[in-house]
Amino acid sequence: MASSTAALEHPTGAGWSRAGGGLARGFVTAYLSLVVLLPLAALVWSARGGGLAEFWHQATEPEAIAALKLTLGLAAACAAVNAVAGTATAWVLVRDRFPGKGLVDSVIDLPFALPTIVAGLTLLALYGPGGPFGIDVAFTRIGILMALLFVTLPFVVRAVQPVLIELDEDMEDAAASLGAGPIGVFRKIVFPNLLPAVLSGVALAFARAVGEFGAVVLISGNIPFKTEVSSVYIFGQLQSGNGSGAAAVSVLLLAISLGVLLAIGAFRRWRTRHDRV
Amino acid sequence: MSRYLLRFGVLGYLALILLVPVGFVFYRAFEHGFAHAWDAVTTPEALHALWLTLLIAAIAVPVNTIVGVILALALVRGRFSGRGLLNAVVDLPLAISPVIVGLGLVLLYGRGGWLGGLADHGLHILFAVPGMVLATMFVSMPFVVREVVPVLREIGIEQEQAAETLGAAPFQVFRRVTFPAIRGAVAYGVVLTTARAIGEFGAVSAVAGNVEGKTQTLPLYVKAQFDGFDTAGAYASSVVLALIAIAVVVSLRVLQPKEH
Repeated sequence: MASSTAALEHPTGAGWSRAGGGLARGFVTAYLSLVVLLPLAALVWSARGGGLAEFWHQATEPEAIAALKLTLGLAAACAAVNAVAGTATAWVLVRDRFPGKGLVDSVIDLPFALPTIVAGLTLLALYGPGGPFGIDVAFTRIGILMALLFVTLPFVVRAVQPVLIELDEDMEDAAASLGAGPIGVFRKIVFPNLLPAVLSGVALAFARAVGEFGAVVLISGNIPFKTEVSSVYIFGQLQSGNGSGAAAVSVLLLAISLGVLLAIGAFRRWRTRHDRV
Repeated sequence: MSRYLLRFGVLGYLALILLVPVGFVFYRAFEHGFAHAWDAVTTPEALHALWLTLLIAAIAVPVNTIVGVILALALVRGRFSGRGLLNAVVDLPLAISPVIVGLGLVLLYGRGGWLGGLADHGLHILFAVPGMVLATMFVSMPFVVREVVPVLREIGIEQEQAAETLGAAPFQVFRRVTFPAIRGAVAYGVVLTTARAIGEFGAVSAVAGNVEGKTQTLPLYVKAQFDGFDTAGAYASSVVLALIAIAVVVSLRVLQPKEH
């Protein structure tokens, strides 16, 4: 969305339009419509198929609402932890120096590459029943949160890292020489510069946490009203043949999650503009 | 002092949440010896699941690569109304739960769905490989586009225009000027697409029907083994997937542009 406005400022290639750009555009639009938009349209259609009252009834089943509250709460907690831990991790990777740093930097990408079901299994093996440390968080909200933190680990780190690399250390030195303490420097200089990147990382982490299925399905135990998150609830409704109920909950979940993303994006743009003045 | 506190805090967090769990699965997979683990991943079911996983990736990744490059060109070089919308659609799969993707496909191609009639004509999408391919294409679509777009924007169009002025045909311009410039980004995107395609669980699980030895990919096989209390088999197959993931991470490192 931000990139689309940047694209507008960029000159376009005459070659693109002469090389049958319209044809190529038609092809990719058709592809996206068939692969992405059509299934989503079918979802929305199915959700509203029984009328608005039926949609609302299905979407606000007590079990569905409990799952929705749990999902949003855990995603918010996951986003908050990531904001702090991700920024700290990026800081250590950019500013600190220690042997093996390159390896640690590479490892950050592992959650992107590791299948989510494997992520869930690894956490369950270590922190589940019969684990080597005697810690058992299986079938608890802590367990779900850990799974979400595992899969969302890279987002904030990878968003903040390039900004931190570009950030001029002279500014911080100047602030320090004018008498600002380390906390003052961070609060007044570093934090405002990093905030837009932190927010975009947090938004991605939040969206991922809201929708995550593979990593949580094993460790959550899926106890209704206790550890059942929305994605698992939707999957359960689908398996038991209630496709329209699953669709209703999905539409509500999508609306809330897109709303949060838009709000974070708007806040981010507002902050960026605000700082430039 | 605070520097060390931060360093060990971060390393401790990474160890707790990521490194020790992944390492422990390797330990668990091999605790009864290598031969045992090897037997577990070379059963006919496991081999079929691996083969199917690779087959689906072999279809979804090239399609998404070609589409991704064309999409990136359209988004950066094209000028048409609705480009903002197209850009938003490209990001959709990153914001939508895989389960919801699978659900959408089931509702579209299932009984009573808009395209549910295809099954009557012998074209089975759901609980068959085509549905699994469609689910994988959906979730792995954005990666090539997202890697190529910033590079296309960065390189600008001067060189392409120069080539055109010198008489190069449009496709020649792409082959000789544009493609060499975006090759690194395409490769990076392909690796990310492959990782996602191989590892996808939720979307594929919803459409697969999960018939052992038929519509079971390796991630689905891991889940089935675990549910069937064959944890040794689940751990061994997880190690295969983890090794693929490590190969992905290493490739990303190798492909990473130098200035990072």
